[in-house]
Amino acid sequence: MRMMSRISRFLRHNAVAYMFLTPWLLGFFVLTLYPMIYSLLLSFTDYDFTMPGSTQWIGLGNYMKMFGSVFGVSEFTASTGELMRVDPYYLKSLSVTFTYVFVSVPLKLVFALAVAMLLNQKLRWVPFYRAVYYIPTLLGGSVAIAVLWRKLFEKDGLVNGFLGAIGFTDLPGWITNPNYALRTLVLLTVWQFGSSMIIFLAGLKQIPQEFYEAANVDGANKVQQFFAITIPLLSPVIMFNLIMQMIGAFQAFTQAYIIGGGRGGVLNSTLFYTLHLYIQGWTYHEMGYASAMAWVLLLIIGVLTAIVFRSSKWWVSYGVGE
Amino acid sequence: MGSGNNMKTRTTIRKGLTHLFIITLGLFMIYPIAWMIISSFKPNNMIFSDPGLIPRAVTIENYITGWKGYAGTSFGRFFANSLAMCAVAIIGNLISCSMAAYAFARLKFAGRGFWFALMMLTLMLPGHVTLVPRYILFNTFGWVGTYLPILVPKFLATDAFFVFLLVQFIRSLPKEVEEAAIIDGCGKVGVFLRIIIPLASPALVTTALFTFLWTWDDFFNHLLYLTTPATFTVSRALRTFVGDAGAVSNWGGALAMSTLSVIPAFILFFSLQKYFVQGITTTGLKG
Repeated sequence: MRMMSRISRFLRHNAVAYMFLTPWLLGFFVLTLYPMIYSLLLSFTDYDFTMPGSTQWIGLGNYMKMFGSVFGVSEFTASTGELMRVDPYYLKSLSVTFTYVFVSVPLKLVFALAVAMLLNQKLRWVPFYRAVYYIPTLLGGSVAIAVLWRKLFEKDGLVNGFLGAIGFTDLPGWITNPNYALRTLVLLTVWQFGSSMIIFLAGLKQIPQEFYEAANVDGANKVQQFFAITIPLLSPVIMFNLIMQMIGAFQAFTQAYIIGGGRGGVLNSTLFYTLHLYIQGWTYHEMGYASAMAWVLLLIIGVLTAIVFRSSKWWVSYGVGE
Repeated sequence: MGSGNNMKTRTTIRKGLTHLFIITLGLFMIYPIAWMIISSFKPNNMIFSDPGLIPRAVTIENYITGWKGYAGTSFGRFFANSLAMCAVAIIGNLISCSMAAYAFARLKFAGRGFWFALMMLTLMLPGHVTLVPRYILFNTFGWVGTYLPILVPKFLATDAFFVFLLVQFIRSLPKEVEEAAIIDGCGKVGVFLRIIIPLASPALVTTALFTFLWTWDDFFNHLLYLTTPATFTVSRALRTFVGDAGAVSNWGGALAMSTLSVIPAFILFFSLQKYFVQGITTTGLKG
């Protein structure tokens, strides 16, 4: 009886709220939590989507397949007794992705901040300029722009047309040359600094003008003001942008897929992590392995985000006077 | 007097130079897109290595050949598919995300802090950890090859970004109107429908806007789940211009259809600019 009255009281107080929350709760359990647990389990199997009946538990086999070459192993015996080959491209995809993230994200933030500061002046037409600088971000993630990018950086593309016109000779095909292919993708990403720029611009507007006036009175120059006022007061915004851009960059897919024609490009020079995961899971049907790859990606992103958060006490200041 | 004028002239010159610099840099930023649009009107053999923006000959042939589409399905169909998909996605996100946001922002219930924390965590979760099981699940339902794997999640508020955006917005609304309505005997559902929804309309516009853009531009899910040309969306269809080794046979057609595909984003952006800025600054929407 008491149990019943407790339940009915709970319902009376919470029923309406949970009714509003029902779609989200369903989505959370069915499309997020359950798939996460399921994919963690699959990561210890050799699940093949086309032959679900023959799925076997292989323990850490998929993880060995990823990192075996670190230990100098190219083949190993799985717990099922089956001989498994180490994925020869996994570490390549990891290094391509890390290079991409650690080069493109800082560059993007530097550009975004520089342009935001340029636009954070008493000038006419700033909303128009802001719009113009945002256009690449608006369109940049689309297949259309990826197709265009391929065209621009081909051997006989627009970029070489330009460089040829000003006297350069022996120009490479930027996309087909493994030394340059990744750089064209970095450039494509940095070009889309619009979102970070708008967030920086909003952050810059929050900094009280009096701080700069006081610094002027004290005789501090612009560079000193930048490092003593702008950077510290903007640091929470910098951290926010850094985390969001980093998480996004690790998951980049479309541009690499289109520019590589559905593969990792010449010598796998643009084999992004997610592209490799897609190829493993959907071209080779190695979905157990793809799940393991996804969990490692989650761990990498989680650890790096945690590092940024933990390090924030050294470089992020909340409030004035710290 | 003289020095005052001098100061004024110097400020004017400095401002002029700043404008000049911003405009020059802006031209570099816009150049590739302008070139794409102009080149789509150039004859196919003149697109190559012609960096100029003024075409020496103008043709709409690229639009005619490009529009033919892929495997007998024209771009008319792909555009219709994309538009229909976006419309349903917007409805789904508006309903499900505003419901969840109202609960988180205004209702007091057991477990609110816990669920809210989980919702914020999913904001940062890379979608790949749910990818394979979702695919298996949708395949068991027989949904692969249809729009359901892309659209059903929208009705279940899986885009946590929008829930967060709406929570932030609803929290900022004054409570007096709601309190007055409750005194007048309005229930929580009534408050939601008659007060919250109208007042939150700016944030709902932002939600609709970004849902449209992301669904329109999404490629990965379309690649996974749309298997027959008749169901292809614009972004999925554009991929068919690029061959498996990355070679493109009909560049003119590719650039023409690419140009058409970015028109909706342009129109929305220039007509709804303030909602963009609002959306980006409140949640840091990636773009």
